[in-house]
Amino acid sequence: MELFHKQTTIDFMGKRRLALIMSLILLAIGVASLVTRGLNFGLDFTGGTLIEVSYAEAPVLSEVRQALADAGFDDAVVQTFGAETDIVVRLAPRNAEESADKLSTDVTNALRQNSSSEVTLRRQEFVGPQIGRELAEKGSLAMLVVLLGILAYVSMRFQWRFSLGAVAALVHDVLITFGVIAITQISFDLTVVAALLAMIGYSLNDTIVVFDRIRENFRSLRKVDSEQVINTSVNQTLSRTLMTSGTTLLVLAALFYFGGEIIHAFAFTLIIGVLVGTYSSIYIASTAALSLGVSREDLLEQKVQKEGANLDPLV
Amino acid sequence: MNRYPLWKYVLIGIVMLFGALYSTPNLFNVDPSLQVSSSRGLDIDINLADRVSNILRQENISAKSVSSDESKVLVTFADGKTQEQAQVVLEDTLDTRQNTVALTSTADVPGFFRAIKAAPMVLGLDLRGGVHFLMEVDMATAERQQQDSIVDDFRTILRDERIRYQSVVANGKTITAVLRNADDLAEALNAIRQQNQDLSINTENRGTDGVIRAEITDQMIQTLRQTAMQQNLTTLRNRINQTGVAEPSIQQQGEDRIVIQLPGVDNPDEIKERINATATLEYRAVDMENDAVAAANSGRIPPTSRLYYQRDGSPVLLQKRLIVSGKQLIGASAGFDQQNGSPMVRVTLDGSGANRMFDFTRENVNKLMAVVYIEDRYDPDAERFRKHEEVISVANILEPFGKTFQTTGLESFQEASNLALFLRAGALAAPMRIIEERTVGPSLGQDNIDRGFRSVMIGFVLVLIFMALYYRVFGLIANVALFLNLVLLVAALSMFGATLTLPGIAGIVLTVGMAVDANVLIFERIREELRNGNSPQNSIRAGYDKALSTIADANITTLIAALALLVFGSGPIRGFAVTLSIGIVTSMFTAIMVTRALVNWIYGRKAKLKALAI
Repeated sequence: MELFHKQTTIDFMGKRRLALIMSLILLAIGVASLVTRGLNFGLDFTGGTLIEVSYAEAPVLSEVRQALADAGFDDAVVQTFGAETDIVVRLAPRNAEESADKLSTDVTNALRQNSSSEVTLRRQEFVGPQIGRELAEKGSLAMLVVLLGILAYVSMRFQWRFSLGAVAALVHDVLITFGVIAITQISFDLTVVAALLAMIGYSLNDTIVVFDRIRENFRSLRKVDSEQVINTSVNQTLSRTLMTSGTTLLVLAALFYFGGEIIHAFAFTLIIGVLVGTYSSIYIASTAALSLGVSREDLLEQKVQKEGANLDPLV
Repeated sequence: MNRYPLWKYVLIGIVMLFGALYSTPNLFNVDPSLQVSSSRGLDIDINLADRVSNILRQENISAKSVSSDESKVLVTFADGKTQEQAQVVLEDTLDTRQNTVALTSTADVPGFFRAIKAAPMVLGLDLRGGVHFLMEVDMATAERQQQDSIVDDFRTILRDERIRYQSVVANGKTITAVLRNADDLAEALNAIRQQNQDLSINTENRGTDGVIRAEITDQMIQTLRQTAMQQNLTTLRNRINQTGVAEPSIQQQGEDRIVIQLPGVDNPDEIKERINATATLEYRAVDMENDAVAAANSGRIPPTSRLYYQRDGSPVLLQKRLIVSGKQLIGASAGFDQQNGSPMVRVTLDGSGANRMFDFTRENVNKLMAVVYIEDRYDPDAERFRKHEEVISVANILEPFGKTFQTTGLESFQEASNLALFLRAGALAAPMRIIEERTVGPSLGQDNIDRGFRSVMIGFVLVLIFMALYYRVFGLIANVALFLNLVLLVAALSMFGATLTLPGIAGIVLTVGMAVDANVLIFERIREELRNGNSPQNSIRAGYDKALSTIADANITTLIAALALLVFGSGPIRGFAVTLSIGIVTSMFTAIMVTRALVNWIYGRKAKLKALAI
């Protein structure tokens, strides 16, 4: 089975203006919604209310979750606490007017209505976020170092124009994905952070594969201009690009449809990330390198300088 | 011809055997258990295991197994309820000053795996739950420390300004400084105000004395409480993160409490000690003019000195003036002294600390310097923390030193490494104590977990089917490699003691999905070569050769990203980076070497190969 029996000859670079406009529109929408709507931070980031209740007889946890969801607390995290009859419920902060007391009364009432055994409220307290500010700061620092590291390595192995292209593609992907997260208002929690990190790895991988082919073709194809070299390279790697994106999307689709709500946000973020990442390695990374004026001379293999070659012979 | 030398097959065989061994423990059940060990990281009493068994038998608590080694006794139970009953009983019966009893979980693996130190991955808080600690931050102590530091501050200011004073004392929120001469009032007030703008300060004349009275405002106390809480949270995160890749949950609860949840940890006592303890060092000069024993007996301590005790109980007089304290440390690592092999901590001072140390040691060659070990210990009788100070070493200054040096005199390597950790991770702003320890169930419902696992399986199988359909024999070969990659990845994560969470599982599957990429690259190259009219054998060789540099570049770039996240990220980001880094390495091995070995084995010998099933 093959996707394409013959080498495709799609003129990718010819449509790069169109692609650029599309990217700019997507970026604008993404950044605008990020600014106006913001992220819907999950319990990990916001903290919330912790309520401990005690049952006379051990309850079935899935029923407890259902009872809370029916009462409108569908973001509640339910855990047994020590004994099987004790349960803690954690809730994200709700509208500001609602007092903590009312919240815990509502929760206990919802639980009482759905349980034959007696339910007593043990305590109710405010808990701070799991992700402190210093964690977020360290995370941002880590991202900066990642970008610098990539810039350095790609400059070394390829050329600085490529490294700028790779980083531009990365920033493009992250911003658009953030935008989609803001538009859909999916709960931004640790799993989404993991998905964003995975997406960066994926997008990077994809970009480098295309770059590698461009470098190879610059060296082997003579008398062809840069635009054509990039076109040929993208076409040559096209079936690989689609194949890899396809298998990854296959896994993600399975996670999305069968994984339940916990993996939902993770899978959704990554699906967006893979789609944008695949697109960006063709259009953003390569286009950026092309616009910065990448040429064959930049990538010709440098002659290895032999030690002492620049010295006059002794005799 | 495509042949692999025998040694490559042997290498692959060894690696896979290794992978199989270390991933197998994940297939066994995990029992709730208790770990009893010495509170100070020393070896335990030989009879402890028997005593524990006896206590449990008397209370009619049935344990599944009781085992012990030099440092701990491990008791496993059938369920969590029995485990908690046993904990209560053991804590009541055993002397808790000598032994700590901590909740943990142990895999029910055959002894063989334990002998090679193969253990399963720890399941995260979301999948299995773990241990929950509720810590109370002792704000009263923090406030007292604040008062003390203001008093010290006033004294220093007055001394620096050469203003003579009778006394500076703190009484609750009021700090009172009595000057010898009321004429100095204005000058003193000015100097103090300049450096303490938050204090509400007023003055009064009392006869010839001038009195300055400063109140700590409620605002200041509020700020103190908030910063103390923040610093404790940060320090705790640092400390726990340094113990490994465990994914803890650390949250502030209410005004002065912290909830820590840890997934089934390996060494709960160590963790407990680490989250709870405070320890730091001070370097002081020994008072060589006065006799310490005489001073201890008579109680007459020279005004410039303070009486300390060494670990063997002998008294020693140290000068009140501090040379360097733990706050000036920027690095610390534990090790063994090269000369006599005793445990030591190697410390690095910051710029000002290094200067002070150098100046002091240069002027005091051949005199004695002492190292004071300070920790806050909880006194259950008084229900408060007490500062516990002891001199761990007194040594002759042989030559001046500054930035880095080592400190010996610690009881065990454990103590040395804990101290190094505390010095590195920063001090707690206020002491804390555990007021509640419980086990918590998984934060995800079982149905959610089941659904998660099922989706992961479906995704994996879909990829396998797709690869087999698309690349036929080569697809099957890639599938074998994918499966082996999964085994290796699980083995490596188990060896590193990684914590497995549901997003982590999804991350593994994703690594597997991306591992396909290397094979796709190779296979597409082979197809290209075939299309260009190359012979099958040559196409295989060229396909692998040409794809190699692409795969290497792509993976190394991703590896750089993963390593940067590992070094500079923290908490969950690190966990993800570990999985990603290991996944890159294992997938390169299986996708390149293992598939090539299989391809060579199937096709490599056939000289007249006409076509490839690709």
